[in-house]
Amino acid sequence: MLRDTWLVFWRVMLPVLRNPVAVVFGIAQPLLYLGLFGPLLGEGGWQWFVPGLLVQMALFGTAYAGFSLLPEVRTGVMERLRVTPVSRVALLVGRVGKDVVLLVVQSLLIMLAAMLFGFRASAGQVLLGLGLVALLGVAIGSVSYAIALKVKLEYVFASVLSASIVPLMLLSGVLLPMSNGPQWLYWLSRVNPLAHVVDAERSIFNPGTVTYGLISVALLVVAGVLYGIRTFNRESA
Amino acid sequence: MIKARGLARRFTTKAGPVDAVRGVDIDVAEGELVGFLGPNGAGKSTTLRMLTTLLRPTAGEALVAGHDLLTDPAGVRRNIGYVGQKPGAGLDQRVADELELQARFYGLSRHDARRKVAGLLERFDLTGLEQRGVGTLSGGQQRRLDLAMGMLHDPRLLFLDEPSTALDPQSRRNLWDHIRQLRADGVTVFLTTHYLDEADHLSDRLLVIDQGAIVAEGSPDELKHRVSGDLVVLGTPQAALVATKFADAAVDGEKVSFRIPNGDRALPSLLKDLDNIGVELHSVQVHRPTLDDVFLTMTGRSLREDSNAA
Repeated sequence: MLRDTWLVFWRVMLPVLRNPVAVVFGIAQPLLYLGLFGPLLGEGGWQWFVPGLLVQMALFGTAYAGFSLLPEVRTGVMERLRVTPVSRVALLVGRVGKDVVLLVVQSLLIMLAAMLFGFRASAGQVLLGLGLVALLGVAIGSVSYAIALKVKLEYVFASVLSASIVPLMLLSGVLLPMSNGPQWLYWLSRVNPLAHVVDAERSIFNPGTVTYGLISVALLVVAGVLYGIRTFNRESA
Repeated sequence: MIKARGLARRFTTKAGPVDAVRGVDIDVAEGELVGFLGPNGAGKSTTLRMLTTLLRPTAGEALVAGHDLLTDPAGVRRNIGYVGQKPGAGLDQRVADELELQARFYGLSRHDARRKVAGLLERFDLTGLEQRGVGTLSGGQQRRLDLAMGMLHDPRLLFLDEPSTALDPQSRRNLWDHIRQLRADGVTVFLTTHYLDEADHLSDRLLVIDQGAIVAEGSPDELKHRVSGDLVVLGTPQAALVATKFADAAVDGEKVSFRIPNGDRALPSLLKDLDNIGVELHSVQVHRPTLDDVFLTMTGRSLREDSNAA
């Protein structure tokens, strides 16, 4: 199964490696946030803002991953792969692996760019920060592929995404501290697991506790991957 | 190679349950090229998807390439090749990469995969296209690539779902040649089609399916023999008179048509008889029965109309 996962990973990685410029274009949006929004937060804002930006990248980067599956479902690619003995789990995990690798590379680039603005982090903090982002990417990527496989149509998938991602992001405190808002909004953010992941990512680069965030992300990974595997095992693509 | 008993699939839809396949028995011997013929929506693809592990049957059982479909789908997958209706190569991939990875999905080492791919490129006229993007290939080239991907692990049993759909006539002929070559190499081939000429030219044996059930089975010639005789159409001003001489004759203006066994041999003496009773003829046509006539006889509907409507 490891071999199968590697082969599926490699298959989806090949087009990316042939066109690596797309990876750099992929960080255009977070770069804009970094350059045009970050400075609004004033002195010392970087330590607070950059970790949130990384979580936002994990969310947007992997939630849209399912789009890459849809052409392969519509043509006969998924069907062809499903008739080979390749593990069904590998068909999912290999793909998610590609998105997570890209996410880690992009996150690293963003952290390096942020350092030019004044963001400070040790090598250990960078590694921990990337690890948490990668875990979140695994969870969201798995769910994204599973939903894409279920809905099969681009326009349905797009509306499912925007209906779920925007509230998740707004209630995570990525852009502004949730504690600035009214009580009800703050409590709403507390039931959003992503808010805890954002807190944990911030605690890696600042004093604070990562416990709740780690629990949240662990639960998300288990639930997301199980849901993804179940869907890939079951769904006739 | 294939032994299916009572294979059935029921889909649950909002309008209620739909029986796409109503319990079919299929036997395919080693080395046979069997055509699965039927109009669109008859249950061909659903049956094929069940036999290739893509869809779980709701009833019945099957032994495919020596493995039980229900208890050992992985064993079935290892031993069959499958070429689906739609192109199976990723449009953002290169020809050589897709082939090599496909071989490795079947467990070949990188080295063996490369050697195997080199052989198949030549066999399916894909030499020189290795580094091309799949999206830049012509329809015929993509189809040959699909066929090559289905044959990378040398399966003894190959499933083809509507292999020549959307191909131009020349590419179709070319594809048929490749399929015939596979049979000559001893591969058992099971293909679905709604094209009469394809079923007629390629298959050793045909299964005709309609509304989820198999309605006829036999070689194309056997099936045609079941239609009682050749169709004779005579053009004559005395159509009504001629019609009285033959059972089940149909009159259409100055044309009368009827069926007689071995029409080509019976015709000379028949024409002499008609001349003797003073019938004046201005045209004579004899039509051998077609598979469409077979289908018409079996189901009361024309296969041709159905496939055109889709």
